[in-house]
Amino acid sequence: MRQLMSGNAALGEAAVLSGCTHYFGYPITPQNELTEYMAKRMGELGLCFIQSESEIAAINMVLGAAAAGARAMTSSSGPGISLKQEGISYLAADELPAVIVNVARGGPGMGNISASQSDYFQSTRGGGHGDYKTIVLAPASVQELTEVVPLAFDLADKYRNPLLILGDGMLGQMMEPVDFDGLARPADYDKPYILTGAKDRPARTIHSLIFDTKLQEEHNWKLFRKFQLMEQNEVRYETYLADDAEMVVVAYGMGARIAKGAIRRLREEGLKVGLLRPVTLWPFPAKALREMAKTVRDFFVFEMSAGQMVDDVKLALEGEAHVHFYGRPGGVIPMPVELSRIVARHYYQARSRDSAAKEEKR
Amino acid sequence: MKTVYERPKLLKEAHFHYCPGCGHGIINRLIVEVLEEMGLGGEAICVAPAGCGMLLYNYFEIDVIESAHGRGAAVATGIKRVRPENLVFSYQGDGDLAAIGTAEGFHAANRGENITVIFVNNGVYGMTGGQMAPTTLLEQITTTTPVGRDSCVAGHPVRVCEVFATLDGAAYLERTAVNRPAAVRKTKKAIAKAFQCQLDGRGFSLVEILSPCPVNWKMGPLDACSWIDEVMVKQFPLGVTKDGTKPTGGAKDVTAATRGGAKDVTCS
Repeated sequence: MRQLMSGNAALGEAAVLSGCTHYFGYPITPQNELTEYMAKRMGELGLCFIQSESEIAAINMVLGAAAAGARAMTSSSGPGISLKQEGISYLAADELPAVIVNVARGGPGMGNISASQSDYFQSTRGGGHGDYKTIVLAPASVQELTEVVPLAFDLADKYRNPLLILGDGMLGQMMEPVDFDGLARPADYDKPYILTGAKDRPARTIHSLIFDTKLQEEHNWKLFRKFQLMEQNEVRYETYLADDAEMVVVAYGMGARIAKGAIRRLREEGLKVGLLRPVTLWPFPAKALREMAKTVRDFFVFEMSAGQMVDDVKLALEGEAHVHFYGRPGGVIPMPVELSRIVARHYYQARSRDSAAKEEKR
Repeated sequence: MKTVYERPKLLKEAHFHYCPGCGHGIINRLIVEVLEEMGLGGEAICVAPAGCGMLLYNYFEIDVIESAHGRGAAVATGIKRVRPENLVFSYQGDGDLAAIGTAEGFHAANRGENITVIFVNNGVYGMTGGQMAPTTLLEQITTTTPVGRDSCVAGHPVRVCEVFATLDGAAYLERTAVNRPAAVRKTKKAIAKAFQCQLDGRGFSLVEILSPCPVNWKMGPLDACSWIDEVMVKQFPLGVTKDGTKPTGGAKDVTAATRGGAKDVTCS
């Protein structure tokens, strides 16, 4: 059944349908509708909702709940996610599953409450202290949340690692039609590590303190191998009108929605422009980009930031193609027409660059 | 022959890493003695702190999770909300509970979270080498108050039990010490009472234990024990600060339905 819902509320409903039994949150705009939805819905279902005293407390409640075997979630926006980084690092070190939602806003500092994509580095580089990574899923529509949220809980359990869903204020607060009928609750995993009391079995411990440097190194390599598996198996992306494209726009989340609008305009004008939208920001679809670079010479990165994902695009391409960039930081949300004009300019510049190079060769 | 003394089965056969004269070893042992006598070894889940107590999973034959510095009460909250039938307690020092983790402890108490906090107050940051703690006495010399704690610069020693006693969610608060045999026996009784408080679903319980730290106090073990009686208890009076008899109606009524298992829900 299709219904009209904000992204924040849909995220909450998708989490409940995915088997989330424990939610811990703290108010921050633009994610408040999610916390409020969970307060109501978890209460109706007899599940656990706590409005914590801080984001730090919330993430540590998540850690406790995960250690006790629950599917647990917390959510916030950039400034609060900064506070949660302590707990995310401990979750990764302790190998505990959890889903953390960032409904991102303009930054740095207090910034503002408009949609922004400036938390890309924080999300994809681990974010907290130590050598670790988290899978980052970046949905681009309210409907896509019904796929991304169950996937998030499944992957968190599968790899015993915290996972980030990175949305933004526009996705969170915009209402769109959404249908939950296709959402299947991810299966439960065996959890031989959780704390239930040591009745009829040896006592268990969960800790990240490893004084012996050699053992700490071994633990780090063990985590690293897990991250390598994620890189091999969990890359997800979408392409749009990319088959014959001469220039491919790389954009994610709501940025990709804007880019699609721009690309439709450009196609109407006969410009061969397509889209690659990473759904997993980490692991990044680097192989897909390199594969595309066999036929595409120009990649155009669009972000609602001063330029963060553009670094990953350059690393992926290793100089095999030209990388263009357009960014609007600070919570500015450009219209598709603005982006289409910029892309068109770069498109024609690339063409004249290539024909000039041909001339020179003659 | 009557056995009058033996190693608790819940205490692993390991050497304590604590310094000579330290109170942690006594407190560790008291906890497992109480758990064993109450038959709770299979139900107990302990949240270990950052600080001198952090290695207690090497000594306890029960489930233990380590928390980040100060977050013990929040981690315990998460565990208890998933497993309300388990006995969940955190073990925290003075820096852990009364400085970096003040918010987590205070609000767990205020929610009436049905957990127990074993709070070890030795007036210094022990593991990091004897810096000032929130509970350091005025004029007490530490590595970060080299001429003594001056209230104008560094504030006053924090009385956790008295602060938490103002919270309606706190059910049982008692301050004890482990510097003399009689005090040790009282501490054991207080720990048992706090655990019973949780079993009865009465809400938040906390036992604050004045504990000697001879190495960082720069005293001999005997002098450290005397110093607790002669100086420390004047700032931190011993006794029951609060013993509410009624359930607080706080977080205790989370049903087994909230346990992390499968619960299929359909969209309305």
